[in-house]
Amino acid sequence: MTGPPIVRRPKRRLSAAFLLILPSIIFMLLLFAWPMVSGVLQAVRSPDGFSMTYINRMLADPGFWAAVRNTLLLIVVLLPLQFMLALAMALLLQARPKGQGVYFYLWAVPLGVSDLAAGLVWLSIFADRGYLNSVMDALGIGPVSWLSYENYGSMFLAVVIAELWRATSLVMVIVVSGMQGIPKDYDEAANVFGATYLQRLRHVWLPLLKPSLQVALILRTILAFQTFAVAQALTGQDFQVLVGETYRWYTALQNPNVASALALVVMAVSMLAAVVYLRLLREDTGSGKR
Amino acid sequence: MSTPPRVNTAPLRKLRRQRIAIQVACVAITAFMVLPIYLIALAAFSSRSALNEFPQRFVPSAFSTETMSTFLNSTGVIPGLVNSVLVGIATLVVSLLVGAPAGYAIARFAFPGRNNYQLFLLFTRALPIVVLSVPLAQLFLTAGVYDTPLAVTLLHTALALPTTILLTASVFLAVPVDAEEAARIFGCTPVGAFLRVVLPLALPGVAAASIFTFVMSWNEVLGATILTLNQRTLPAQVLSSLSDSPLAFRFAGGFFLIVPAIIFIAVMRKYLLNMWGTTIR
Repeated sequence: MTGPPIVRRPKRRLSAAFLLILPSIIFMLLLFAWPMVSGVLQAVRSPDGFSMTYINRMLADPGFWAAVRNTLLLIVVLLPLQFMLALAMALLLQARPKGQGVYFYLWAVPLGVSDLAAGLVWLSIFADRGYLNSVMDALGIGPVSWLSYENYGSMFLAVVIAELWRATSLVMVIVVSGMQGIPKDYDEAANVFGATYLQRLRHVWLPLLKPSLQVALILRTILAFQTFAVAQALTGQDFQVLVGETYRWYTALQNPNVASALALVVMAVSMLAAVVYLRLLREDTGSGKR
Repeated sequence: MSTPPRVNTAPLRKLRRQRIAIQVACVAITAFMVLPIYLIALAAFSSRSALNEFPQRFVPSAFSTETMSTFLNSTGVIPGLVNSVLVGIATLVVSLLVGAPAGYAIARFAFPGRNNYQLFLLFTRALPIVVLSVPLAQLFLTAGVYDTPLAVTLLHTALALPTTILLTASVFLAVPVDAEEAARIFGCTPVGAFLRVVLPLALPGVAAASIFTFVMSWNEVLGATILTLNQRTLPAQVLSSLSDSPLAFRFAGGFFLIVPAIIFIAVMRKYLLNMWGTTIR
């Protein structure tokens, strides 16, 4: 009686695994695939067949181009700052200062803070009668309306700082966990052979951390394209971003079709960014090995 | 007595200077991370008249719950809070019911298409929420569940499911197969072995994954705002009343939304690195 079980076993296992993942596949098809298809249709189909009406309307709206500009500018300015800060934080923890456990906890707290809450937190600082202006007042420099639409620069700065505060923790945690996977030997060997700290950083830590940094970069870029509630809480609609425009078209202007078109733009650019990163970083490692 | 030999203390002094510089940098970063939270707490517990003062005080002058209680008594805040908790718990339960079996399958079976399935999960995680919310609102309207906690729960479950599957998979991977097989040899059914042996061992990790899901749901703003009109969750309620609410309301709302985050990170400190570090890949 040893024959049949051996023959049946792989088949039974296969069906067991299939049964276990089946609910999740059905769920995802219903809540991911279906809405995505209907989202595309919503954007390109008017009552009388295929049309570019909604896409043209989106493109003709000046808010759209302002949103594209602001979102891209935000990414270009925010991400380098964020990665430098996160790397600095990770390297500081690496040096094992006294109280590193407390530091790690405190630096990780913004990880659980929503973008809306982060916007409101920084609103209390940047508001006209807020804490920053109180400090400026005490120093004898007149108050500034940081969040007024007339001061584009300071409005942009406020959004950058709020995002830097909220989302740097995520990058830090990814980098720190990447560092834990790297044996100390490499760094010690480089040290023994007389490499300075900067040389070790450049030639030992950064190359070894590359996979973690890559993950963090892709993730943060995709999330940065979705920046919304921070800008909304700080500036209302004055600092337009892509998702903010989607929200405006859907709620204030009651046009789900244009909102869908905008949502597709957000998706397309995030996918594009992910592919470009993967391409660039892979080529880079390839040439490094040669 | 001979004089002690001269020791070159320069490297030692350099080391000490370095230590001090590191501490200073750590304190500076901590100030950047913690000060805003202190300030919002200060604002949330100041009276309305204190909030209208200028310049603002940086030390609490008089503890007042006026601002917080005005916030909590505003229209829609308590129902929003109830909805948020309801949606968070429902999301947690549904995503565990659907996700944990799939996580177990990934951890235990080498089925064909496993890699594609995992890749598919990663892809769905990269989808912007807004792409799903707008079409889902139309679908839910036709299905008659628009503007219900159920609608928000379904969206949040869809968002949390890939993470839940990957997290539970890593949790089940850490439970030794031997223990499960031993249970089977002693006569447990597969389900019995899972319930009696695997589940107790996996419980702390699964609990961590569920807290993570709850916080994700608690924090999600955009989808909840698009999918509801009257049955708002708390963040959706705060967001949609932003433009016509006084600053005091917004500060109190901001502080209230942050409290779970602080508790969450405190509880999850040990799991943080595993959660965002390993499974994110």
